[in-house]
Amino acid sequence: MLGVITGFIDELREAGVPVSMVEAIDSMRAVETIDVADRIALRETLRATLVKNLRHEHAFDTAFDVYFSMVPSPAPESPTGGEEDGETQLTPGQRPESQAFDLDALLDQLFRALADLDDAALRRGARTAVDQLAGMEPGRPVGGTYYLYRTLRRLDLAELEERLLQALIGDGEMSDFDQRLLREEVQSRIEQLREEIQEEIRRRLVADRGRDAVARTLRRPLIEDVDLMHATAENLKDMDAAIGPLTRKLAARLARRRKKRTGRLDFRRTVRRSLGTGGVPVDPQFRHPRPHRPEVWLLCDVSGSMATFSRFTLQFTHAMSTHFSKLRSFAFVDTVDEVTDFFGPGVDFGSALQRVATEAEVVWLDGHSDYGNSLETFLRRYGPQLTPRTTVIVTGDARNNYRPPRDQVLADVARSARAVVWLNPEPNTYWDTGDSMMSHYARHCSSVHEVRTLRQLEQFVEELTLPTGRPVQNVL
Amino acid sequence: MDFASPRAVSEALTSVDYLPNDRIAQVVFLAARLDKPILVEGPAGVGKTELAKALAKVTGRELIRLQCYEGLDEAKALYEWNYKKQLLRIQADADHDWEDIEQDIFSEDFLLTRPLLAAIRSADPVVLLIDEVDRVEVETEALLLEILSDFQVSIPELGTIEASTQPLVVLTSNNTRELSEALKRRCLFLHIDYPDPAREQLILNARVPGLSEHLAAQVANVARSIRNLDLKKAPSVSETIDWARTLLALSIEEVDGAVLGDTLHVLLKYQSDIEKAAKELASSPGS
Repeated sequence: MLGVITGFIDELREAGVPVSMVEAIDSMRAVETIDVADRIALRETLRATLVKNLRHEHAFDTAFDVYFSMVPSPAPESPTGGEEDGETQLTPGQRPESQAFDLDALLDQLFRALADLDDAALRRGARTAVDQLAGMEPGRPVGGTYYLYRTLRRLDLAELEERLLQALIGDGEMSDFDQRLLREEVQSRIEQLREEIQEEIRRRLVADRGRDAVARTLRRPLIEDVDLMHATAENLKDMDAAIGPLTRKLAARLARRRKKRTGRLDFRRTVRRSLGTGGVPVDPQFRHPRPHRPEVWLLCDVSGSMATFSRFTLQFTHAMSTHFSKLRSFAFVDTVDEVTDFFGPGVDFGSALQRVATEAEVVWLDGHSDYGNSLETFLRRYGPQLTPRTTVIVTGDARNNYRPPRDQVLADVARSARAVVWLNPEPNTYWDTGDSMMSHYARHCSSVHEVRTLRQLEQFVEELTLPTGRPVQNVL
Repeated sequence: MDFASPRAVSEALTSVDYLPNDRIAQVVFLAARLDKPILVEGPAGVGKTELAKALAKVTGRELIRLQCYEGLDEAKALYEWNYKKQLLRIQADADHDWEDIEQDIFSEDFLLTRPLLAAIRSADPVVLLIDEVDRVEVETEALLLEILSDFQVSIPELGTIEASTQPLVVLTSNNTRELSEALKRRCLFLHIDYPDPAREQLILNARVPGLSEHLAAQVANVARSIRNLDLKKAPSVSETIDWARTLLALSIEEVDGAVLGDTLHVLLKYQSDIEKAAKELASSPGS
């Protein structure tokens, strides 16, 4: 047991979860007090002692599944599931798929399990489904997702969902409202089935290849470290969930920093205080320093490839808007439009972005990024309003589709503004390859940053509000 | 204090109308076994503070609460010297030997105990609740470290005061900032999320007497549905309880789109959230 737990802890560390020595010892001590055969107890015990951050829970769950669920899959639940268990475990792929297997019967079984909320039956069904449909071959070097896809292709979950919904609605009349609630209930049950199947596949992979190998393939970067340019739909959902807490934390951190008493001496209050100590000013009072609030203009490339990145930049910066004296946003593809009004206070961020996509006039010619024309339009329309207090932040990959960069325009912008900062979501080894014009523009920027992950973005926004002036570290 | 098993924890908490899930029961069980503090994290209004109160009720212990806020300091959290009394003492016999007086004024008679010190000096074991610990500054967190790992407080003039009885410590955090590693290391971590509809239904039935099973199920389902939307602030458990009470007070038997539209403001507190939820859910015509 000890060996398994140390292996498990190593795996957590590999996955990026910081587990200290003390926590490791605590976990062992805690495990001694519980019944190790109880899987839930074991999981929650290890979780409570090893994982101290919500963002690491996903990594924990994956690693736990791999390390603690392979032996023996909770088998003796029923006679029906038990008999086919032993033989299929080893070589399920060898068996001809269609023979002696009734897909409809399986679907019926799953349907009943879902309708009756019978977890044990659901697990049995999932196991049969993997047996019959995944076609797993020992030693074949493909990931679990491949098998999941194969299973789900045959097992039409959408149809199952519809069928379950109809059955639950029954013959009676039902309002749209109730139907909607019911649909969500059904969806959560289907999701449960999907997870059962995934877990079953994982269990078999572990039996086939060993824990360490599977754990390695399942390891995912933490959400702050996912590359924004290559985020999957699932990543994006997680990022959406993560960005709220991240911005709140940053806001709290900035608010605290402001409390430092670096302001000038407040003579009046000091004298008033000194009355309590017989006129001796033992407790000098200070004025609050004038907070440093830069004026920020965001200039975001919202063309297809940059949309995700710009969106997170917009979201992050707007969440920090109280820390800026003024925040204006502009969106561009091949021409530029101001979108500040879409992000007024109290506005729902999702719908604001929707409006940027539909209402802002950012396409002039063909909808391919044209930095040259966008910058020129920007300078012509809004240039006169730039002041020496304005920091202009441009987000984009500087891929100009082989159009003239017209970087002289950016030089003009830089002259009227306090600083021009460029955020590029591409790794800096890609800059200036192909149609990227980064170095043309970089010449006129105060600094250029590679911002590929939420963590880097958070760092950048924090630096931006530092009172020391312009953001530090020039990457180029 | 000790529970026989996580199940026993679960039963005990249920008896005081706090319905724990497996995770909560397990962590409480461990905390009692290993004498470690619990750090509870989760969205607002899922019953973090309530857990500490329920634990106090179950164990029959006194609940000592330290509400954290920005600017909380030693004098408010740990102890303070009662300097007025000290002053009086000095003036009372000014002709005495200074050495004697000095000995005297730094004794326990002149010590004002604050929650943390009170918790470990108490003759009977207590439940110590350190609420919203994420609100104090990182530096202040350090005040807590000694008490959390060793259950003792060092006072320079007096020496170290050790706990005569082991308190059960619960810290809560709304996760507005990252707590320090040192603090986290000393605690068992418990994340409480919104309950699933089945559990929420049980909570509603326990907390709102007179609510029918059917209505409770509907309320729980609507709550999940709303939490699935992308809102500024999702409705908390306490808000769904309020909503259930509202429905009961209006003697509504059946929730439909119209009813939801009229009472959404009990669940949601931002205008933009209310509009969004109304558009998504309530707009469908009632039966």
